[in-house]
Amino acid sequence: MSQLIVIGISDYKFAKAPEVLVTYALGSCVGVCLYDKISKIGGLSHVMLPDSTNFSSKDFNRMKFADTALVDLVQELKRAGSGNNRIVAKIAGGAQMFAVQQGSKMGAIGDRNIQCVKKALSELRIPILAEDTGLNFGRTQYFDLETGIMKIQSLNRQINEY
Amino acid sequence: MFENYEELSAEQIDLLREIGNIGAGNAATALATMLDEKVDMTVPSVRITGFDEAVTSLGGAETMTVAVLVNFSGDANGMIMFLLNVEDAKSIMDILIGEDDGEEELSEMKISGIKEIGNILSSSYLNAISALTGLTIHVSVPYVAIDMVGALMSVPIIEFGAIGEKLMFIEENFLGETNELKSNMIMFAEIDTLKVIMQKLGLEI
Repeated sequence: MSQLIVIGISDYKFAKAPEVLVTYALGSCVGVCLYDKISKIGGLSHVMLPDSTNFSSKDFNRMKFADTALVDLVQELKRAGSGNNRIVAKIAGGAQMFAVQQGSKMGAIGDRNIQCVKKALSELRIPILAEDTGLNFGRTQYFDLETGIMKIQSLNRQINEY
Repeated sequence: MFENYEELSAEQIDLLREIGNIGAGNAATALATMLDEKVDMTVPSVRITGFDEAVTSLGGAETMTVAVLVNFSGDANGMIMFLLNVEDAKSIMDILIGEDDGEEELSEMKISGIKEIGNILSSSYLNAISALTGLTIHVSVPYVAIDMVGALMSVPIIEFGAIGEKLMFIEENFLGETNELKSNMIMFAEIDTLKVIMQKLGLEI
């Protein structure tokens, strides 16, 4: 197996088969795998917050937000040689880690991250082939660029492949 | 005037360390009383780190951890997390209950006991800060979760990492002398709260 390429919080990276991308311990953040199976180029984005439009400062980190990170990553993938309409997505994360009262700002952030990732992908016309999202547990997300398979590992749960 | 955590001066960081010392000192006393043993406390550290470094410093992203989370609001806004590993969580509850149930996993009852300990320690911590500064601080009910520390930390990272690329927290480690029980308390506060506390304590900002 090739070495893992690790993606940190509010970061993204892309590579080509046979590399494997990983982001560890997603909680309320959402990990977005993007892939073109013909060129076998793919990326993984660790989205931390839903939307950058409330931030007036112009030098914010675009990789932190769903609305900016995914647009940028798709551009990078295309520049690297992914086909225009071939990119597909698999997503994971967006959990509610603590059972806070319904309706609180903190409790809803995982859900809002998921919704904004879906909105951004829909605007980019990228179909979501699989998702392992929500609920109340952390997830480590592996993305194998040889096969396009997303593997999700959690504590005390079976490993799921998508 | 600082606008994000990276701009805190050495003098301001010293003051935050002292606040951690006072809060955690009170919490350590509460813990010692509950466990009926001497509890040592490290000198608090004020950490201003990137998000991934924060997770690494707490044992690595995938480390299984018990966390009790308390939000505070009012004149001061922030979050306290009480962290410990599953083994130590079980041991603490064995001491409090007075028996070892022999279970591998943390029972529901023990989890709820740990939640209450986190609650008491957080309240002790915040009471000390409130008494020192005269600020009114409301404390939420406690929430408990057992998961990878990286996933648990995503909650304060999202809450306090929206502006800037660094997180600030004041950290103390507690060590029970007889049973070597380790636990860790971390306090996050909003930028505006840091300003209010510093002003109350007479520090120019």
